[in-house]
Amino acid sequence: MFEQLSERLQHTVKRVRGRARITEQNVKETLREVRIALLEADVALPVVKDFIKQIQQRAVGQEVMGSLTPGQVVIKIVNEELVSVMGGTSSGIDLKTRPPAVVLVAGLQGAGKTTTVVKLANWLKINSKKRVLVASADVYRPAAIQQLEKLAMDAGIDVLTPGASAALDIAQAALTHARSSGFDVLILDTAGRLHVDESMMQEIQDISRVLDPVETLFVADSMTGQDAVNSASAFNDALKLTGVILTKTDGDARGGAALSVRHVTGQPIKFLGTGEHLEAFEVFHPDRLASRILGMGDVLSLVEQVEQKVDKAKAEKIARKISSGKRFDLEDFREQIRQMEQMGGIGSLIEKLPGAAGLSGQLAGQVDDDQFKRVVAIINSMTPHERRMPAVIKASRKRRIATGSGTQVQEVNRLLKQFTQMQKMMKKMRNKGGMNRLLAGMKGRAPGMPF
Amino acid sequence: MGASKLHKRLSKSRLSLSRGLSQLFGATKLEDSDFDDLEDILISADVGVSVSEHIVERLRVSAKSHRISDVAALNEMIREAMVSTLEQTGAPPELSCRPYVLLVVGVNGVGKTTSAAKIANRFKQEGKSVMLAAADTFRAAALEQLQTWARRLDIPIVAQHQGADAAAVAHDALSSALSKNVDILIIDTAGRQHTHSDLMEQLRKIKRVLNKVHEGAPHEIMQVLDATTGQNALSQLRHFNDAVSVDTLCLTKLDGTAKGGIVLAISNEFQIPIRYVGTGEGFDDLQPFEARSFVDALVQEQ
Ligand SMILES: Nc1nc2c(ncn2[C@@H]2O[C@H](COP(=O)(O)OP(=O)(O)OP(=O)(O)O)[C@@H](O)[C@H]2O)c(=O)[nH]1
Ligand SMILES: Nc1nc2c(ncn2[C@@H]2O[C@H](COP(=O)(O)OP(=O)(O)OP(=O)(O)O)[C@@H](O)[C@H]2O)c(=O)[nH]1
Ligand SMILES: [Mg+2]
Ligand SMILES: [Mg+2]
Repeated sequence: MFEQLSERLQHTVKRVRGRARITEQNVKETLREVRIALLEADVALPVVKDFIKQIQQRAVGQEVMGSLTPGQVVIKIVNEELVSVMGGTSSGIDLKTRPPAVVLVAGLQGAGKTTTVVKLANWLKINSKKRVLVASADVYRPAAIQQLEKLAMDAGIDVLTPGASAALDIAQAALTHARSSGFDVLILDTAGRLHVDESMMQEIQDISRVLDPVETLFVADSMTGQDAVNSASAFNDALKLTGVILTKTDGDARGGAALSVRHVTGQPIKFLGTGEHLEAFEVFHPDRLASRILGMGDVLSLVEQVEQKVDKAKAEKIARKISSGKRFDLEDFREQIRQMEQMGGIGSLIEKLPGAAGLSGQLAGQVDDDQFKRVVAIINSMTPHERRMPAVIKASRKRRIATGSGTQVQEVNRLLKQFTQMQKMMKKMRNKGGMNRLLAGMKGRAPGMPF
Repeated sequence: MGASKLHKRLSKSRLSLSRGLSQLFGATKLEDSDFDDLEDILISADVGVSVSEHIVERLRVSAKSHRISDVAALNEMIREAMVSTLEQTGAPPELSCRPYVLLVVGVNGVGKTTSAAKIANRFKQEGKSVMLAAADTFRAAALEQLQTWARRLDIPIVAQHQGADAAAVAHDALSSALSKNVDILIIDTAGRQHTHSDLMEQLRKIKRVLNKVHEGAPHEIMQVLDATTGQNALSQLRHFNDAVSVDTLCLTKLDGTAKGGIVLAISNEFQIPIRYVGTGEGFDDLQPFEARSFVDALVQEQ
């Protein structure tokens, strides 16, 4: 969901990259673009303003190092600030207390609390082998309690059917039951409420006092706009939140609310809801998010991406060609090499493919990254006809190509041999279904990772 | 928590924003920074950067050309500009035939079921005969939720069971509405992310089936939008509109601090009128959309 934001920022970098010196003017220009990108991604205005101010302060007097342009330096700072706002690594859930550990779930109406309660219970059951009890203190919304009961029953999670009709009494009863029945964890679902509704905020504060939860999780909808700062800060003030769960990330929202909520509460985002089903739930990795927002891990990969932007269309064309069993020629090979170089070399690319670990070792000695440039030079010295029909390359042609590319005939021979091996490898990967994964990797998305 | 207490806690930039407001609406002499402050107000209301910039730029130009230096006059100009944007979509359709079939759609958790109940209540109060249909056969206890509303409001409801075919429920409901000769049939559907094409296809199927049972049905497809939603609402509307052609909107949860300004961007792009706004969880918390009061709330200090 953060793809568009990342695209926008990369576009910005491209625009300012021609400039040679860091001036107040081009910093301003870059920051204006950054501001728009963040706002379009629904990061709240006060958060954006804080951000821009911090970046501006850091950017002033900053030396432009090496081959970086002022715009890139600014983007590098933006990235670092994003990482620092999002926090370090994933923070997990803290259940270290005398059982039952109580988890209180709170949030606005319709955010996804009830669904999330059961997803979290299921996650704890599987990953921590905990005995989990869930209960609903939503005595307001029609069929809210039934909803939790149904979801829990389907998931095989213990659920307490409340006998009381007041939220606070239900909370108390659930805690008593969890204690006496030896549950490790109690997760309490609560009614959706507006942060400006005084009596409802009082109610959840009372519940919190009775339960003394180890975790108080704010469930936030990833589609939330500017209002995220208002609701999150009010919930945080009332409840001392310990974490955030971001839901509905399976849509195409750019998810700026993640930044807003994190910024105003200071609490980590712990999990993501990625769909309506029980299993559509993942641990959140802040570091992955930050680099995803900008589409880069560090400024070097940024610069690389700017200078040698992977041509997705071409990559897809080649992959389609290969997977459809069409002939793979030297032009495709050259394009492939260029793309792989940009992805961090063929070794690292193949390592990322599940099930391709063996292949990677096999290839390591044969196609090493340093040879890429010479290989490309050799292919560049061929005629289009030769690239399409490598079989026609006999002795005299080899000599011409070697001279033209400043290499030796042996190297041309080696390339032609490697090319044949490459063709075989492609075939192997195609059979393993690896080509689709390779394609996914080329789009910059490592398989199985949301960010 | 009181609004004033909340206000105190808001960050510095918000405070400077409200200072900007009092300058804008309290003081008399117009400063250049007033326009920047106005832009901030619009952005904070989810109007979106580009539409906000567009509005402010237009104002800047006309303030200059009309030699407006008076804040009150500018204030009026802003409101007029926004009201006309919202009103250019035209009025929502009349209930022209019987049974009038209203299909309620939208992404997850925006308030479809609650709004369906509120609308049913509203028509019942007007003396019309109403029927509800629970075509959300996917989400746990979704039909129990609507059934509870139907019981509370004493309105007949057609429902099957969780896991049933949603289009079959819609089919049964419309047949029943025809035979019972009701004035209006309101069909609730499951929440779906607009990016899931299979779920969008399901919605098209419901529409097709309804039209097969009774030509012209559904007469109105209403998309529910949550006022707390940011720029994504535009994408939601584009997708739903592409899939089933949306006739009207219902903007919910305006009783919080969210302003729902994204509908300005929406009105700028689509000719889809807003029929209702939701202002609470009770069945009475529904009002016909009124552009002027919406705009007043939007530029009002929080
Ligand atoms: N696509 C998607 N839908 C979700 C996700 N999480 C929850 N939902 C859906 O969002 C809607 C609201 O979820 P609930 O769990 O009922 O939300 P809630 O916060 O308990 O709502 P209230 O109790 O009414 O305040 C339902 O349709 C859920 O299926 C998610 O990660 N992805
Ligand atoms: N404050 C407020 N809450 C509302 C409003 N409309 C709906 N809600 C609440 O929002 C939550 C979700 O409403 P639903 O009607 O269940 O939403 P839905 O779109 O049917 O949800 P799914 O069917 O799960 O996709 C419930 O807690 C409602 O009580 C409103 O105008 N204001
Ligand atoms: Mg709930
Ligand atoms: Mg519903």
